[in-house]
Amino acid sequence: MLENYFPVLVFLAVGLFVGVAAIGIGFVLSPNRPDSEKLSPYECGFEAFEDSRMKFDVRYYLVAILFIIFDLEIAFLFPWAVVLDQVGMVGFWAMMLFLGVLVVGFIYEWKKGALEWE
Amino acid sequence: MDGLISFWEALPELVRIMLKIVAIMLPLMITVAYYTYLERKVIGHMQVRMGPNRVGLFGFRLLGLGQPIADAVKLMFKEIVIPSGANKLLFLIAPMITIAPALAAWAVFPFDAELVLADINAGLLYILALTSLGVYGVIIAGWASNSKYALLGAMRSAAQIVAYEIAMGFALVGVLVAAGSLNLREIVMAQEGSLLHWYWLPLLPLFLIYFISGVAETNRAPFDVAEGESEIVAGFHVEYSGMTFAVFFLAEYANMILISALSALMFLGGWLSPFQGTPLESWFAWVPGILWLLLKTFIFMFLFLWFRATFPRYRYDQIMRLGWKVFIPITIVWIVVVGLMKVNQAPWWFN
Repeated sequence: MLENYFPVLVFLAVGLFVGVAAIGIGFVLSPNRPDSEKLSPYECGFEAFEDSRMKFDVRYYLVAILFIIFDLEIAFLFPWAVVLDQVGMVGFWAMMLFLGVLVVGFIYEWKKGALEWE
Repeated sequence: MDGLISFWEALPELVRIMLKIVAIMLPLMITVAYYTYLERKVIGHMQVRMGPNRVGLFGFRLLGLGQPIADAVKLMFKEIVIPSGANKLLFLIAPMITIAPALAAWAVFPFDAELVLADINAGLLYILALTSLGVYGVIIAGWASNSKYALLGAMRSAAQIVAYEIAMGFALVGVLVAAGSLNLREIVMAQEGSLLHWYWLPLLPLFLIYFISGVAETNRAPFDVAEGESEIVAGFHVEYSGMTFAVFFLAEYANMILISALSALMFLGGWLSPFQGTPLESWFAWVPGILWLLLKTFIFMFLFLWFRATFPRYRYDQIMRLGWKVFIPITIVWIVVVGLMKVNQAPWWFN
């Protein structure tokens, strides 16, 4: 059973290796002549005039939090979807109850304006 | 031939796996390279230009077929600039994190009924997990660059990817309900029958949403505000140059091919012949299954390019509205519909 997953592990390692090797080749072949102007962050030719790790809109946090809720929901739906033909109507309605609760939450978010972007 | 098989069998397990991985990766890399060429050529012709046609091979013009190779060589010899304010380690790790999942997702991909590297039960779960990892590369790159444009681009991109990931996940749940298995091979097998048995028909809304979300996931036009050349230069990878940039570039195109291939697999019956169950079936029996799969994948790959040449860029609030207020409600409703069809063993697809 688990030995089926071994090639997956190897593939992940190879995938990572491709990234490392490509960048490694880049460092070996390319010139390296840094100067302070070249290494400054790009800001359309101006001097960078404040810290670039600045404050950003709180809505990005909101999106991230909503994402977690919905992504968890998907994770819960996965096993249900696989065995649906075995659990039948009872299983179907149980999941509908769960989905219903989440849809109520979704409607609340919507009405509260959490999904508005301007 | 027998000698070859016994030689193959005598090889250690790890070497055999490595050779198989190379057999997947090499064609994939060539496809990525020539996909960039195709993109420039297709968009060129759509805009009544020629596209790249100067760089040839072996002294011949050959319609500019040498272009991707020349580009790769050029990028190899370009200086890699690491900005002075950047977090060096994260700055270099970000492209690696982006490319590894884009390639490793192919480990569970079935190219034909028997042609799969790792035939695991949780195939679709693995794909979902790996495609979700892409967002880490983006956000790490944006933060580590210590540049305003990069940070803004990364924030935009991450919020967008995350929003469309939900719609994408729900679409996958629909496929799961229909097929009743996480194994990609069994998902294709469940679509056996004819063109009308493929899941594009019973799951039509999910099919469309999956592909459109795929376009948004890969930050392609018309959802490319993350790059938005005219507003934030190049978004999260503005500070990357040379090979570090090339790796991001490779990952983006590998992801596009992956989304195309997965759409073909889950909604267009993968390697199944479209003539199955029709009088034409025996005429096309000689076509290998993998050819059908490649053909279907190519249709989606072409759509990516066609979209880019056709649609103007969405505004950011429009993107978020489409993801949250249109796609998510539709997918939830359609999961209920598919669930009902499945439980009641609706004729034609689920009996």
